[in-house]
Amino acid sequence: MSVDLRRESVRRRVADAAFQALALLVLIVALACLGALVWDVVSDGGGTLSWDFITSFPSRRASQAGIWHALTGSVFVIAVTAVLAVPIGVAAAIYLEEYGGRSLAARIIELNITNLAAVPSIIYGLLGLGLFVRMMGMGRSILAGASTLALLVLPVIILSTREALRAVPSSLREGSYALGATKWQTVWHQVLPVAAPGILTGFILALSRAIGETAPLITIGAVTFVTFAPDSIWSPFTVLPIQIFNWVSRPQAEFHAVAAAGIIVLVALLLSMNAGAIWLRDRYQKRGMS
Amino acid sequence: MSAAPRSLASLGDLASGRPDATGSADLPSKIQVEGLNFYYGAKRALQDISIRIRPNVVTAFIGPSGCGKSTFLRTLNRMNDIIPGTRVEGRVLIDEVDIYKSSMDVVHLRRRVGMVFQKSNPFPKSIFENIAYGLRINALAGSRSEVAGRVEESLKQAALWDEVQDRLHESALALSGGQQQRLCIARALAIRPDIILMDEPASALDPIATQRIEELVYDLKKDYTIVIVTHNMQQAARVSDHTAFFWLGRLVEYDRTEKIFTAPAEKLTEDYVTGRFG
Repeated sequence: MSVDLRRESVRRRVADAAFQALALLVLIVALACLGALVWDVVSDGGGTLSWDFITSFPSRRASQAGIWHALTGSVFVIAVTAVLAVPIGVAAAIYLEEYGGRSLAARIIELNITNLAAVPSIIYGLLGLGLFVRMMGMGRSILAGASTLALLVLPVIILSTREALRAVPSSLREGSYALGATKWQTVWHQVLPVAAPGILTGFILALSRAIGETAPLITIGAVTFVTFAPDSIWSPFTVLPIQIFNWVSRPQAEFHAVAAAGIIVLVALLLSMNAGAIWLRDRYQKRGMS
Repeated sequence: MSAAPRSLASLGDLASGRPDATGSADLPSKIQVEGLNFYYGAKRALQDISIRIRPNVVTAFIGPSGCGKSTFLRTLNRMNDIIPGTRVEGRVLIDEVDIYKSSMDVVHLRRRVGMVFQKSNPFPKSIFENIAYGLRINALAGSRSEVAGRVEESLKQAALWDEVQDRLHESALALSGGQQQRLCIARALAIRPDIILMDEPASALDPIATQRIEELVYDLKKDYTIVIVTHNMQQAARVSDHTAFFWLGRLVEYDRTEKIFTAPAEKLTEDYVTGRFG
């Protein structure tokens, strides 16, 4: 090896190490920011967080305020949103990807869906208010809120499902067709199981977005002070972000601690949802392989 | 390529449907293709192909990359249908029925004309499920024991049973490349087709795995009509009875394999089989 070559190889190793260090640094900065936020919230709200806080209804006194109504409201709304948005979203994606082909209609729909994903959520709130609350007479119910959120996350679900379907190798489809399978048999038995982990990831992203939404639900008139947990899809409701917003905007400092505790509950709910979805996805992946 | 003009001139005979020299003119043909043209969009990939393929014979399609041999193979079970923007002209008769007529049920056609692909494509399921799939979707086996019986029979036909009988419910993806390809053959056999199309089935395999596939092809011809695309001329010479040489989307010569490799009628064929181009 000549001197030049040796020098070149040293230079490349240094560059490699430098890049690795830079990437690590960026990661540490990002994690530190997140850690600081979590620490701030936990130090503010950790003292307030208790089993009583989770199972109590809101109160004028900060010491007695609880989050049960908003927690159940959020869970209820998200569950109904998922029931509404997931089947429609997956079916729409299957149509566009497997059946729609490159027709003009399919391309126009595709363009519109991409645009819809970028529409601000407050616009969906106004649509929900006009369409679900007033025209369809759903009132300020869980159903109206969930329908609005379902519209909001539909484009995300459709786009991510299409990505997942597109990632399924065409050799798998051909293998199925070559055995005399119909299009539907191919999609149902071969394509969907392989795409399932990717589709599930899309659900996580979409529903995580929905659970943090405040604006559209305020627009359709989710109430900020309810003293009972929702018991049907027609109940009035509130959700965690709205309740947190309400507490934060109060002048008393005690309520800010309550708000911080509320944030911890929201983050915990979000993380457990994600963990559940990841667990499901891994189980699916393993089953697919064995 | 100085040989081109002369050879192209003589292509006219074949294109107009001159009976080939395989002696099949008066014998029944399993597949009969008349004046087939195939287009990818505006590009004509196959020009005026006419050929008769006899039952229970192994026919090899050879030719350089891009000559249309794979495309032609895929017109025989209408696999090209799923590629958007393609178009077919001419007739393909299988057992004297035109498979491109409008009343043809493609699903039924593909059940009778099985296919094995260049890259083995087992489903990401168990070995058992890979074979049972075709039986289930076509409702070919009723009871559980009937399915199990057909799975075993197909694996034995594909010479894979001894290697996998203890792990039928393990992932097919854990098999070696050669085993995966034999699994794909077993999968095609399970639905009992008449014809098996093989698109370079051994091109991704090592010599030992290739040999096993070739032996299998040889054994299967007593029950099936086999059409095999290969870019490996030794392979064509070893496994096939008849060979068709394709060049630039045309069928240049079609004859008994022995004749193609020893005394081809066309200069172009001779140049190709002796390795002068391709």
